[in-house]
Amino acid sequence: MKTDYLELTDVRVTFDGFVAVDGVTMTVLQGDLRFLIGPNGAGKTTLVDAITGLVPATGSATFGRTELLNRKVHKIARLGVGRTFQTASVFEELTVLQNLDIAAGAGRGPFTMLRRRSATPPEVESALDVIGLSDLRDRQAGVLAHGQKQWLEIGMLLVQDSKVLLLDEPVAGMSAEERQQTGELLQRIGENCTVVVVEHDMDFMRSFATSVTVLHAGKVLSEGTVAQVQADPKVQEVYLGRAEVQA
Amino acid sequence: MKIKGEYAKIAGFVAVALALLVLAPAVLSDFRLSLLGRFVCYAIVAVGIGLAWGRGGMLTLGQGVFFGLGAYVMAMHLKLSDAGPTGVPDFLKLYGSGVVPSWWEPFRNPVVTILAIVLIPSLVAFGLGMAIFRRRVRGAYFAILSQALAAAFAILLVGQQATIGGTNGLNGFRSFFGFNLFDPVNKRMLFYIAASTLLVMLLVVWQLYRSRYGELLIAVRDQEERVRFLGYDPANIKIVAYVVAAAMAGIAGALFVPIVGIISPASVGVVPSIAFLIGVAIGGRSTLFGPALGAIAVAWAQTSLSESFPSFWIYFQGALFVLVVAFLPRGLSTVGSMFTRRREAA
Repeated sequence: MKTDYLELTDVRVTFDGFVAVDGVTMTVLQGDLRFLIGPNGAGKTTLVDAITGLVPATGSATFGRTELLNRKVHKIARLGVGRTFQTASVFEELTVLQNLDIAAGAGRGPFTMLRRRSATPPEVESALDVIGLSDLRDRQAGVLAHGQKQWLEIGMLLVQDSKVLLLDEPVAGMSAEERQQTGELLQRIGENCTVVVVEHDMDFMRSFATSVTVLHAGKVLSEGTVAQVQADPKVQEVYLGRAEVQA
Repeated sequence: MKIKGEYAKIAGFVAVALALLVLAPAVLSDFRLSLLGRFVCYAIVAVGIGLAWGRGGMLTLGQGVFFGLGAYVMAMHLKLSDAGPTGVPDFLKLYGSGVVPSWWEPFRNPVVTILAIVLIPSLVAFGLGMAIFRRRVRGAYFAILSQALAAAFAILLVGQQATIGGTNGLNGFRSFFGFNLFDPVNKRMLFYIAASTLLVMLLVVWQLYRSRYGELLIAVRDQEERVRFLGYDPANIKIVAYVVAAAMAGIAGALFVPIVGIISPASVGVVPSIAFLIGVAIGGRSTLFGPALGAIAVAWAQTSLSESFPSFWIYFQGALFVLVVAFLPRGLSTVGSMFTRRREAA
């Protein structure tokens, strides 16, 4: 069996002299559900932005030996790297089905594009099933509940045939039950994909992470299993220090 | 729901076709029919603007450029064919060197002319689109840029007195592909050609709207950056809509010339470019029929009101625009769906 992995080597992002990501090196294997945590401003989202081509970066990020950094956003997406955003960004005026169909169609030729969708593509059908929105397929995405929008986003990554899924706070604003469902969904997806989840919710992380990377001030502070990371004094210091500042 | 919407659109299309091809010729005088023919030309431009702006989010304030390109190509052909196989158009003898400029020559050929009417605006739009959308120019910046292009184009035309008639433009056409333009039967035929062209253009955008491309275009309009992360280059998607809209404007300009009998910089500059837009906004920019019907209605109202109250129209136009933007931001053709939505909500 071939095992894909996402490998970051010395990734660095600088904004006008401010170093947002400061030489991050990490490897995420297929089947791993990697959580990326850290205080606000640690560079988590910026790291995801760098991998997906939104901000320029130095260093190297490879997936299946293909260099991802500093390519165009849509080219990286076509290489099988998909992401979600902190605020759900589905196409609100289109239906659930149309959202998924668009996500599935980046490789379509002009002839297919200029015709109507005659039948639901099988990958869309199965994604509808996986994310549990089959009954709402003709509903406008704009009227979905917050959690459903996030699931739709994940579904769009699935039909997009992404091998690397970068999820930016997928459970923010979700109810406990929705978090549980989302976590189980990610576990199922994670078997065949490389998943990186940026998250603030520690309970969620403890329940579902298979490994954790802690970022602080743009650097990797600690890496390991949930237990290892929690026991790391450096991590405790960063998080406790923050708690004191907030108190 | 979906099926019902389809039937409503088919019924709407048949109604528009009957009104244009049967009712209007039966009840309107030759003069009024010719006026309606001119409004139909505006409506063809409007259909394209509906595609680019209503569905694609590109507020194009410069469709006069493409309208003008199509119109001048047609006008040059008509002048040349009036002058005979090797003749020189009258105005070139008056203002120019008395010699036909070499770049006029291809338009002696009717086939080249018809191709050029579609291809020149399309190619110009493609080039502009590559330059503009690839650089991610959008929103108000795109609107201003497109308007500046219309202004520049009109100024360029004004400066070319000796080769394309300058401020006077090109006029005094006597025949249209061999048909005498003074014959009322041929004038009616021109109306039928324009009306049929409008119907064909409506079918074209209808197919685009219901295709996968149409769905994708809405996605690009609403969340351009998100589309990028799905593996599409939004610039390409926008260029397609922009080019189709430009081709439609070019065709409309070409039909405008024989129907109205003159094309001049005053019909292609900033003011007409904005006027094209008003009908689209009032009719409903993202709907199928709204842009075309809005364009015809506004132009019709302008003509009839200016006849009775010559200085009053501009206020009426302003008031209508304000009312629609304030209360019906999606245009008059969304009145019906607003009521049904209220009823569903209640």
